[in-house]
Parts: sequence; structure tokens; C-alpha cells
Amino acid sequence: MQSLAERLTQPGVLIADGAIGTMLFKCGLIAGECPEKINLDRSEILEEIALLYFHAGAEIVQTNTFGGSPLKLAMYSLDNKTEEINARAVQAVRKIVRDEAYISASCGPTGKLLEPFGDTKPEQIFETYRRQMKTLLAEGVDMICIETMTDIAEAVLAVKAARSISSMIPVCATMTFDPTPRGFYTIMGSTIEQAASELNNAGADIIGSNCGNGIMNMVTIAKEFKKHTTLPIIIQSNAGIPILKDGVSIYPETPEYMTEQSRELIDIDIKILGGCCGTTPAHIEAFKKILRENSAKTY
Amino acid sequence: MTVIQELSEQLQQGNPKNVAELTRQAINENIDIKTILDKGLIAGMSVIGEKFKAHEIFLPHVLLAAKAMYAGMDLLKPLLLKEGIPTRGKVIIGSVQGDLHDIGKNLVAIMLKGAGFEVIDLGNDVSPEKFLDTAEKENAGVVGMSALLTTTMPVMKKVIDLARARGLYGKKRFIVGGAPLSSEYAKEIGADAYCFDGVSAVETVKRFAGIF
Repeated sequence: MQSLAERLTQPGVLIADGAIGTMLFKCGLIAGECPEKINLDRSEILEEIALLYFHAGAEIVQTNTFGGSPLKLAMYSLDNKTEEINARAVQAVRKIVRDEAYISASCGPTGKLLEPFGDTKPEQIFETYRRQMKTLLAEGVDMICIETMTDIAEAVLAVKAARSISSMIPVCATMTFDPTPRGFYTIMGSTIEQAASELNNAGADIIGSNCGNGIMNMVTIAKEFKKHTTLPIIIQSNAGIPILKDGVSIYPETPEYMTEQSRELIDIDIKILGGCCGTTPAHIEAFKKILRENSAKTY
Repeated sequence: MTVIQELSEQLQQGNPKNVAELTRQAINENIDIKTILDKGLIAGMSVIGEKFKAHEIFLPHVLLAAKAMYAGMDLLKPLLLKEGIPTRGKVIIGSVQGDLHDIGKNLVAIMLKGAGFEVIDLGNDVSPEKFLDTAEKENAGVVGMSALLTTTMPVMKKVIDLARARGLYGKKRFIVGGAPLSSEYAKEIGADAYCFDGVSAVETVKRFAGIF
């Protein structure tokens, strides 16, 4: 298999996987439990989820390391297990995809606020990501995926941490934007234009948005990114805002609906299409199907 | 600009040092403590709340304004106690058991404090027992619960069910908020109100306290 960096230079959309978190809850994760603790106790669940996405056609499969930075793990007093938690997550995915899919290492927010708004220093953020990413890279992941960021400063520090370990590894960075009457902003006030410029300057190779408020908004966000960057764009939308039905939360956007809306993302030539909260292997399969139809039309 | 207007202005700018200085100045000028609180700090925070709600400013700005508000509040608190000026009421607040997300909850706490309420923040991962034990012990009128996860939302129902069992339901008001919440869900579990954001939480708690 060619390297992901090479693959990214060629035409065509790559399909990534969907949600891990909401899948873990389906597999028995209890609310309040550290989602990454599963990597230590029940890695067979990770293999099961990776297998479902791999079979659905995902060319990029993520690791269960979203909250795997020592700062975040410290909330559960698991920071002393940082290396093991991150290594096991990669190994579980590797066992399933071998070298037939790319492994993307998920790195989510630390949950801390930077000074002067919070009490955390930039050096602490940089070091926490560095420690997590060192293990992820040593385990041979194909990409670092910094995601669900709301503070551009934290996102930039995470990208720089990845770059400080490897100048070659593809680094992807996505932020979560909310629609406001004056356009899209993260809750911390970062704009798409700012994300495009600062993530690029920090050394990211792929930029875009994840999670959010459903696929319709993502189409607008992707177009906005296109205006401000020449870097490849990644979009991983959640399946809408969950609604509660008979005590169970349901993500309203079906595979059919999301796929229909995604046609526009493919038209504007985004590079990676995947899912976030509430998306399932069925969503990924539907994405894959539409891509196949598309390429059949083109060639 | 009067010292009180300047106080509100500096709070909105998020400048704790100036807010502390102006509060001291206002106290020294023998301005009524209640006026300093209401027309200075509370008025300033209310503007911040409205601007945040309208997406004119973002979280960092609110957090800085809150720091400035606390700088003034710390100086006023002992005087309010000394003069026997009651707070507007007491609110217990926390993210429910299993939920470690606290940014939204913190914002609501800031806005309630900024509106002159006494807020006891139990942090995150708060058990139903702790919510109710504290509400009883502190004689708080309102219990505010926050959840970001759909999986932790049901804990809110547990708190309310336990309140019924303890005979506290109807005596204390229960308000809920958080991204996956809705007024339908609040109704379903028997909460007194769903609050969309910090500003609506303030409006709701004011309504419960009989302040309009």
C-alpha cells in the first residue's frame, strides 16, 4: 500500500470511519467511565468496531485515543498509563486492518483552558500532546488527527507537538464550529479563516471540521474553508444533534440523508470524508457507495 | 462617566485590576453597597451575558469578565454581610454523575453569581445524594443540573426521583441544562424548567425568587 502522504496527492476522496464514542456506548461503555480505559481492559471491543468500519469500506480507521493525552487522562487518574493506553489502541486497529487501511491517531482536546482564561500554560498543552503522540507515532500510525478543537491556540500547539516529533507524518487538524448570525465560530471565538491560516502555518497537512450541528452546516463550512486554503480538506460530521426518544438518544441523520448532502462535499473536492458522533458503519458504507457511483460516472 | 458606569465598563473589558480599584473607590466615596453591586457589577455582567447570547462575544471574553467580576465581588462580600444585605437566593449547581464536562455549567454559575445569587458549585460528576444533601444543608431554593452527554442525562431524573422520595420535590426548584437537553425532556422527568443558556438560567431563577 502506498503511503498516506502519497495517496493524499492523488485525486479522489478518501473515506474515513465514523463515530467511536457512540459505538462504545452501544458496546457497553458506562457513562462516567473513561472511554480510553477500554484500551486496557477490553481491547476486543476496539477490534470489533475497527472491523465493522473496515468492512464498511473505511480506508482510514481511527484509534480510540481521543482523550488519550495525559492531561485528559489525569481526570480519571490514568495519566500514569498514557503510553499503554495509546499503544494498545493502535495495536487493536492494526490487528484488524493490517496494512490494508490507514490508521489515524485521534487526539482530542485536553479539556483545559489556556491562560489567561484558564489556568493552563501553553508549554503544558504542548508537552501533553507530545507525550501522547510519541507513543502513537512509535506504534506506526499513518496520520495524527487533532480533532474537535474549539480553541485555535490549543489546536496550533497540538499541531506543533506532532511536527516536533516528525516532519513527515501527515497531520490533520479539525475544529468544531457553531452557526451564528455572523457566520461560523467555535465557542472560543475562532473563525474558519483563522483556522485555515493558523493551522497551515503550524504545519498541518489536512484541515477541516468535525462534530458540529449536522451535515448541512458542514457543506457551508467546507465551502468556507475552500475560500481560505489550498490544503486538502477533511469533513467528519456528526449525524445531527441527538434527540431523546423513549429515554434513548437518537442521532437524526440517516445514512441516506447524510450521503445525499455529502454529494456536494465530493463536488467541491474535499479530500477525506468520514463521520463523527452518531454515525455508524452503515453511514460509511453509504458514503463509499456514492463515491463508487461518482467515479463510475467520471471515468 | 460615573465611577459606577466605569466599573461596569471595566468589568465588561475583563480588567480585574481596574474593577478592584474602582470598587474600592466607590466604597470610599460612600456609594451605597447595593448600588455598586446592582448598577456596577451585576449591570456589567448582564451586558456580557446578552452579548454572549447574541454571539457578539465568545467564551474567553466571558471568562475574563467573570474574573473581573469576582475581583469586585470579593471586596463587596464582607460589606454585604456586615450590612445584612441578603443575597437574592441560593443555588446549588453541578454537572451530573458521570459527566465531566463543566464549561457550560461554569458559565451558568458565572451568570448566576453575576446576577447577585449565591452559587454553590459542586463541580462535576455530582451524585444525586450530593445534590440533595447540599441543597438541604445549605437551604438552597434551586438545584441546577447540567449534562453534556445523552448518556448522563438520565441521572437528572434520578435526582428528581430521589427528591420526591425525600419529600423535597415541590419545595425546591429543579432546573436542567446542557447541549442534549430540551424543554420536552425537562417536562418528562419532572424538572421545573429547562434553561437554554446562562441568560435564561438567570431569568428562570429570578422568576422562582420572585424577582422580575
